[in-house]
Amino acid sequence: MKKKNLLQRSIVIAVVSIAALYVVFGPHGRRPHLKDLTPSGIKANLAQNIRLGLDLKGGSHLVMRVKTEEFLKRLTEDNATAAQNAARDGGFEIKEARAQTSPGNYSVILTAGDPAKANEIREAVQKKVDLHENAGWSFSASGATLTWSMNGATQKALAESATDQAYKIIDSRINAVGVAEPTLQRHGGQNSHQILLQMPGIQDPERVKQLLAGQSHLELVHVVSPGSPTPAQTYATKEEAIATLNSGGNIPVNRRVLPYLERTELATTTDTNNPNAPKPTRWVVVESPAIIDGSELRNASAIQASAGAEDYQIQFALKKNGADKFGAWTGSNINEYMGVVLNDEVKSIAFIKSQIFDSGEITGRFSKQSADDLALTLRSGALPAPIEYQEERTVGPSLGQDSIRAGVRASLLGLGLVVFFMLIYYRGSGINAVVALLLNMILMMAGLIIFGATLTLPGIAGIILTIGMAVDSNVLIFERIREEMRSGKTIPSAVEQGFKHAFVTIIDTHVTTIVSSVFLYFFSSGAPLIRGFAVTLVLGLVINLFSAVYVSRTIFIWLLGRKGRRADSLSI
Amino acid sequence: MFRLFHEINVDWLGKRRFFIGLSILLMLAGMGTALYRHRFHPNGSEAFNLGVDFKGGTVVTVRFKQPPPVEQLRSSIQSAGIHDAVIQPVLDKSGEFLIKVPQQGAAQSEATQTQAGVDAARSKVAASVKGFGEGNAEIIGTEAVGEIASKQLRTQAIAVTVAALIGMLVFIAFRFEWTYGAAAVIAVFHTVLVTLGLFAIFQIEINLTVIAALLTLVGFDVNDSIVIFDRIRENRKLYRRMSLYDVTNLSINQTLSRTVITSGLVFLSAVSLVLLGGQTLRPFSLALLMGIMFGTYDTIAVAGPIMVWWERKLEAANKVSVTTSRDSGLQTQPAGQRNGKGVGKPSRAALKN
Repeated sequence: MKKKNLLQRSIVIAVVSIAALYVVFGPHGRRPHLKDLTPSGIKANLAQNIRLGLDLKGGSHLVMRVKTEEFLKRLTEDNATAAQNAARDGGFEIKEARAQTSPGNYSVILTAGDPAKANEIREAVQKKVDLHENAGWSFSASGATLTWSMNGATQKALAESATDQAYKIIDSRINAVGVAEPTLQRHGGQNSHQILLQMPGIQDPERVKQLLAGQSHLELVHVVSPGSPTPAQTYATKEEAIATLNSGGNIPVNRRVLPYLERTELATTTDTNNPNAPKPTRWVVVESPAIIDGSELRNASAIQASAGAEDYQIQFALKKNGADKFGAWTGSNINEYMGVVLNDEVKSIAFIKSQIFDSGEITGRFSKQSADDLALTLRSGALPAPIEYQEERTVGPSLGQDSIRAGVRASLLGLGLVVFFMLIYYRGSGINAVVALLLNMILMMAGLIIFGATLTLPGIAGIILTIGMAVDSNVLIFERIREEMRSGKTIPSAVEQGFKHAFVTIIDTHVTTIVSSVFLYFFSSGAPLIRGFAVTLVLGLVINLFSAVYVSRTIFIWLLGRKGRRADSLSI
Repeated sequence: MFRLFHEINVDWLGKRRFFIGLSILLMLAGMGTALYRHRFHPNGSEAFNLGVDFKGGTVVTVRFKQPPPVEQLRSSIQSAGIHDAVIQPVLDKSGEFLIKVPQQGAAQSEATQTQAGVDAARSKVAASVKGFGEGNAEIIGTEAVGEIASKQLRTQAIAVTVAALIGMLVFIAFRFEWTYGAAAVIAVFHTVLVTLGLFAIFQIEINLTVIAALLTLVGFDVNDSIVIFDRIRENRKLYRRMSLYDVTNLSINQTLSRTVITSGLVFLSAVSLVLLGGQTLRPFSLALLMGIMFGTYDTIAVAGPIMVWWERKLEAANKVSVTTSRDSGLQTQPAGQRNGKGVGKPSRAALKN
């Protein structure tokens, strides 16, 4: 019975150990080779099998947040303009139209000229603008004031869809720019609107950062100005521009005042190599909403401004719908001025010579790189809302190497000290514990590889701690066996009782830690580091039950079995 | 064989006043320092030295081939438009500096009610260190965290710690009695507070890895308590006539060698991390080192006494209302026997087994 038991146990242990060793040191995805047994072969396989975290292998870790509140704000403002226009088209007098936007509260407010007409205005507006109940807007009216407010649930849903859309756009931009092995995923809790991007090997993420955050919100607008041949009307200051609107210092919903970096003045600066050189800013008044925007783009590419020139410009083409709209507008506005607006900045102003349909260009003395990046972001579509970076961690390869070295050294020292103590203190049985400990470490590595976990610096620290925890089970058992021996039991019965009693305690301690690790896991969605730690801990504990209890027990069974009935001493 | 302790027979619970007093003193010292820094410190209202993870801001690690004097580096960074940067040479490596930049323009962002993302500190530092010779300086690492993320991480760190404690409380209550769970959790909480207090006193940086270390400690520490509680449960079945007070003392003594050996070994691991783990892991390693010391102390000095005190209170209350025993199957003695007159004075004779 015992013999069979021992054989069975030995087979289990041998199979598990060999499998683990192969997982850790063996080649993956190809046949084993004799070379795999040489030190350099082992090293190469090990490096291939263990997935190192960015903090060890070097790279960039970026967490960005989609500013969904900006998205909701823009949507509300657009609706306010549209509502005003719809009401006026219906022949109603509207004194004021505005959008009220603060976090959590997004409302369109119209002030009617005649309070009695409130309901008619409501109908006229809702016929044309999507401010219905079932679109998520609730209506209320008091006197001449009509208010449509966005419901909380709608805000959430829209914010979520904006984040999804941003995610897709970022994904396509990342692919277009050609980063090697990027990982992109949603990050944090439900309403955090965060996206995590990891890029191994990229030390200076500045360019990628700008490229991803590039809003590239393109609009073609009607500039408020007398038509050509009078030059386009621009103003030296924003205040001056606003003053011409005759609306008491406010900007009405159907107008926008935008900065304009004039090209003509740029030509006089000598620094042609630097498109970012400070330029005098002028201001222009444009109509809102825009004639068309970037969502109507079919294509965009960077071209040289003129043959052999150093500056570049963007050429774009419009989709069918946009081209129709644009063609209709340009056809009826010959000699008027049109502005190309990129991210709320007027890039160029030109007058309409003749009807234009489907193409245009953005001039602005771009360098090749910035023109390429801009074309790329225009092609991928405009982000629904700006994004901001909430976390940026970069690690150079040398720093990562240093961390690995430090971690490995600390592990070896820790392991050495523990092994030394166990051998001195428990002598023969110390060997038993050391075998269990080494097996524990191998299994731990195999477990990390099998689960595809990433080894980070805190992960290495976790492994070092597992050494301490792993040995705890052995200490518990050995101390208990000693106690049982002191109370006068025979060796086999002392070992038996020692394991039996210690096992209850070991289960209790392990399960407590596992329970708390599970809590850790679920409460740490925004901190992958802590989450990884929880995984490592649970893995270590489960493996420990095998190595410290099952394996140690087997070694004792073998030892006592060899001594047979004469087992009257035990080196412990 | 080697033995750490021979037939120890210490009346741990008898020293509870001293232990509890010491614990309260330690907690007060730490928390008091934190409070003092927070409320009364003239410049720098920082209770804890929070890292960028929790406070926001940027840390840039620069490696120089020929390091310039710190003063020169400081003025160059200042002229790049970065305010209040702290420049700290890396202890283990010459030529490496940590440049810590607090979140810039926080005041402005509060006014406009929009929260700022990470600063462009990295590129500014990169531009300013270029002035020290081409190829001399290299940025080998950055960590930047914005306002929202740091707030989130802060809330999450607290939530995670509390969740872990509650999880343990529930499990121990299920496995033993809820008084045991409460005692173990109070003891652990005490260790967390003392460790944080030491971090406040010595102004060691608190970052995400420190939270990971604290969570590990919570696990270790509760393990220690459970080993003792397990022994108490076992001994109560063996020595039915012995008071809880004596059983607790006996159990602590019986498991003392295990407690000391295990803690000692983990301590050794932590020491090797402090010595060789490098700058990045230092706060983590220090948190572990301190926590292990206090964790070991508190299982003996805090968890035991609180549990015994609480059980006795309950028994007193039970006796008044007489009636049903709330004993589960784990503790089979009738209430009358559990309280025992000898509780107040330990009967030494009973300890001789």
